[in-house]
Amino acid sequence: MYGFEALTFNIHGGYLEAIVRGHRAGLLTTADYNNLCQCENLDDIKMHLSATKYGSYLQNEPSPLHTTTIVEKCTLKLVDDYKHMLCQATEPMSTFLEYIRYGHMIDNVVLIVTGTLHERDVQELLEKCHPLGMFDSIATLAVAQNMRELYRLVLVDTPLAPYFSECLTSEDLDDMNIEIMRNTLYKAYLEDFYKFCQKLGGATSEIMSDLLAFEADRRAVNITINSIGTELTREDRKKLYSNFGLLYPYGHEELAICEDIDQVRGVMEKYPPYQAIFSKMSYGESQMLDKAFYEEEVRRLCLAFEQQFHYAVFFAYMRLREQEIRNLMWISECVAQNQKSRIHDSVVYMF
Amino acid sequence: MGESRGGGCCPPMDLMRSETMQLVQLIVPMESAHLTVSYLGDLGLVQFKDLNSEKSPFQRTYAAQIKRCGEMARKIRFFKDQMSKAEVLPKELLEKESDIDLDDVEVKLGELEAELVEINANNDKLQRSYNELMEYKLVLQKAGEFFSSAHRSATAQQREIESEDSQQAGDDLLESPLLQEEKSVDSSKQVKLGFLTGLVPREKSMVFERILFRATRGNIFIRQTVIEEPVIDPSSGEKAEKNVFIVFYSGERAKSKILKICEAFGANRYPFSEDLGKQAQMITEVSGRLSELKTTIDAGLGHRNVLLQTIGDKFELWNLKVRKEKAIYHTLNMLSLDVTKKCLVAEGWSPVFASNEIQDALQRAAVDSNSQVGSIFQVLRTKESPPTYFRTNKFTSAIQEIVDAYGVAKYQEANPGVFTIVTFPFLFAVMFGDWGHGICILLATMYLILREKKLASQKLGDIMEMAFGGRYVILMMSLFSIYTGLIYNEFFSIPYPLFAPSAYDCRDASCSEATTIGLIKVRDTYPFGLDPVWHGTRSELPFLNSLKMKMSILLGVSQMNLGIIMSYFNARFFKSSVNIWFQFIPQMIFLNSLFGYLSVLIIIKWCTGSQADLYHVMIYMFLSPTDELGENQLFPHQKTVQLVLLFLALVSVPCMLLPKPFILKKQHEARHQGQSYAPLDETDESLHVETTGGSHGHEEFEFSEIFVHQLIHTIEFVLGAVSNTASYLRLWALSLAHSELSSVFYEKVLLLAWGYNNVFILIIGILVFIFATVGVLLVMETLSAFLHALRLHWVEFQNKFYEGDGYKFAPFTFIFTANEDE
Repeated sequence: MYGFEALTFNIHGGYLEAIVRGHRAGLLTTADYNNLCQCENLDDIKMHLSATKYGSYLQNEPSPLHTTTIVEKCTLKLVDDYKHMLCQATEPMSTFLEYIRYGHMIDNVVLIVTGTLHERDVQELLEKCHPLGMFDSIATLAVAQNMRELYRLVLVDTPLAPYFSECLTSEDLDDMNIEIMRNTLYKAYLEDFYKFCQKLGGATSEIMSDLLAFEADRRAVNITINSIGTELTREDRKKLYSNFGLLYPYGHEELAICEDIDQVRGVMEKYPPYQAIFSKMSYGESQMLDKAFYEEEVRRLCLAFEQQFHYAVFFAYMRLREQEIRNLMWISECVAQNQKSRIHDSVVYMF
Repeated sequence: MGESRGGGCCPPMDLMRSETMQLVQLIVPMESAHLTVSYLGDLGLVQFKDLNSEKSPFQRTYAAQIKRCGEMARKIRFFKDQMSKAEVLPKELLEKESDIDLDDVEVKLGELEAELVEINANNDKLQRSYNELMEYKLVLQKAGEFFSSAHRSATAQQREIESEDSQQAGDDLLESPLLQEEKSVDSSKQVKLGFLTGLVPREKSMVFERILFRATRGNIFIRQTVIEEPVIDPSSGEKAEKNVFIVFYSGERAKSKILKICEAFGANRYPFSEDLGKQAQMITEVSGRLSELKTTIDAGLGHRNVLLQTIGDKFELWNLKVRKEKAIYHTLNMLSLDVTKKCLVAEGWSPVFASNEIQDALQRAAVDSNSQVGSIFQVLRTKESPPTYFRTNKFTSAIQEIVDAYGVAKYQEANPGVFTIVTFPFLFAVMFGDWGHGICILLATMYLILREKKLASQKLGDIMEMAFGGRYVILMMSLFSIYTGLIYNEFFSIPYPLFAPSAYDCRDASCSEATTIGLIKVRDTYPFGLDPVWHGTRSELPFLNSLKMKMSILLGVSQMNLGIIMSYFNARFFKSSVNIWFQFIPQMIFLNSLFGYLSVLIIIKWCTGSQADLYHVMIYMFLSPTDELGENQLFPHQKTVQLVLLFLALVSVPCMLLPKPFILKKQHEARHQGQSYAPLDETDESLHVETTGGSHGHEEFEFSEIFVHQLIHTIEFVLGAVSNTASYLRLWALSLAHSELSSVFYEKVLLLAWGYNNVFILIIGILVFIFATVGVLLVMETLSAFLHALRLHWVEFQNKFYEGDGYKFAPFTFIFTANEDE
């Protein structure tokens, strides 16, 4: 199970691991969140953040702040950190780091395609894209009319190309198709990432398998819940589940035939790790599910830092940072819209 | 406390004990708080305590003002950025100008920012259209070239094929040679071709072409031309390398696709006319507008520069003001608000000698702010350990830094810095004894000292900064190494008979220079340092080694004794008789009965010229103390003395170990009893006991912990006595290394080169000698000798008495805020 990573890991990975652990120390703590939750307006948030790692990114913003500015600057820091690490990384870590951004690429592709379908301005859409998922010809996506064109025109040049093999149809794009495309792509991406991590071996594969399996299972549950009541057939639904994870294969069979949320719950409660998540919710409720899953994810990501000499810390750090930005966005929105009572609804504390 | 320092055994020495500190409480009326803090910041002698540590930054009283200052600081940063872009230098702040009001500054900054932003926006707009026109002009030129070349070849071909088509040629100018064949084959089904021209960033041009090709399934024709100079992109305003492209397509669908792709690639499109006449007209029109815009932009830039110049005049003043204000509000936020909300309560440490100045500042602030009530100044009693504050000057500060780097002295504990001023450069010089090298370093450091004022104001590199900071230490080091160099009689490893001719001379003419035998003493002993005649003799090394080794031990033992004596002063100062009787005295006895005795033996041997083997004496003093000494006897009754010393040393070890923990335990119990049963009217006294007892007053007394601690301490001292003495031998080792290295460079480089009698080789030899001397001896050796001297002070000297667990006095002052750079 364990290789001799300790012997050789630091030759290439030591510096970056040190950096990522240093970054980890910059993540906001529960105390920070408590302070942030007491803020009266966005300037207070800026003031508090100026004492954190985000300080230098926000200090030159003129005073009437907007939530988007805060989120944008925080994301910018994440991207800067990521690019710095990517610059320093050697194989296979650089590939590993590249894998982390594919998810954002898929999201961006879907965003642009959906946007053009609804005739939004491309420039406006580009601004909404996650900067981690940008690639050269992303704006060209707007030209494509169907999947085949999409693939042939643009995506063949991107790392996402191999994932497209399963969803090449000549059908015109519509919302349903795009959603299926997103999930198919994601499925292919997760499986590929999973395989890559298996190949890396050692602690990386062990920890990443766990994290990715969780991710796959969460997606499976979400797909199930979201497809209840749509015209998606059971067979099609089952095709969207990733072929690994704790639920694979028997859980998938059962999920595929679920007709309402309580059935999903029934399926999931058979799996001890998810029992805790579902037992927190009352019957028939799916609102809090996202948060419960996020909390579980954060818990697992934090655990990744307990071991040394593996790449999963990079994955965990990026994910935690994204969660942090989500938290900041929620807090800022709540503060900006005077909804402070709801501030705790969606904030996931780390550390 | 102040009197006890003066009236004690030692004269008042500012550096020996840190300043007596007091915890003061200031109650300041709200209206004069700002001015008070400002005056105290000018004074720089109060370290405020944070009384609101449980509050987050934005919940504090003056959060709004800090935000305001932050906003102003942002504007100032914006100005700085703009000024550095426009290469306008802010004017130096010459003197303290008259006080300016923060509100005025804020208004002024706001106005200026708005103006600057507006000017920038206008300029940007103009610049953008200028850049667009620039690009357009390029497109016109390049595409025009393309069309005309295509036209030329087309007409040439056409002339060959058919002449009656000539009236069509005007229409189909754009039909480039590629399309020619198609046309000739199928002239009846002519499709009107459209085309687009524009610019695309060069790094995207390949992808651009590929995507266009794919999107139209190859039904396009594209030509690209490289523009040599980088073009300024209108939208981003940055320089970029671009290509001019021209795309021919057919059909509206293709056009819309191409348009979308162009948009996606950030390719700017420009209209282009096929007509040559129109082209020429466009070019002249564009050139005309370009020159017009150019003058407008220049005028705008001139206006902007004037504005920036006016900002630059006041920039430093504002910057300082805003920083000061921010510091003041940060400090005000540390004060706690009185329940009545009418006054602020500050607590902080200040040196006792500053009481009057502080009170004076408070009074001035109250008067200047027209406050009806004055501020209240009172001293609080506390059990907290005060910060350590030494008043240093530019000479002593570097030495104090050396000590502080190991650990900041406990409050009022004896400061090794006092002795370090002399012992540090001296021990350095023992290892670096060469008066030639010493003079070189002296010259270098004199340069730093003489140009002190100029160098202090400018920014130096990292290493230079360090050398500059320690310039007075280096000065001392160089002076001492000249002194030891004279004693060792070495000038770049060559001895000079400076003070008198050598005491020895050849007995007769036959004796050569490099032998030992045959020399007789003809004069008095050489008056100062080493007789130059030793140089180059066969017994030079054994003689010098023996001398330096013994000297190292003498120096080491005396420095360690000094350290233990310091612990006596500490014990006396803190009135701890336990430490005197069961730490100082046994330590003194132990060290001196072994190594003090060795030192005495060395001196006796030097004075008497005895042949006794001191190793033997020392080793057999332990192994078989009762044996006869034989020929190693240096003085009568030596055996008895040794037995007594050995006994004393053995007895002193348990004296160090056992009594102290038991006495401490007893004391603790006694104090505890006294406290719990003290009558009520003696509260004052018990309070006094508590304060003198320090922070130990309420702590749990763990006997086992104290005992283990004492055990470790004792073992460390006993073993340390041996290992530390041995450690001082580094003085000899480094000194040897230094003199050997320098003589190698002298003999093997300079003399060797000299021997060739060739100017060229001589020059090379001299160059190598200089570089080796500077690089190895003056830089590397200085560094290594410095580090070893540092170690001898930190470990061998300071572990005898120095606790170094205090914390530094960090007063609130503006000097620091002014110098600090972002």
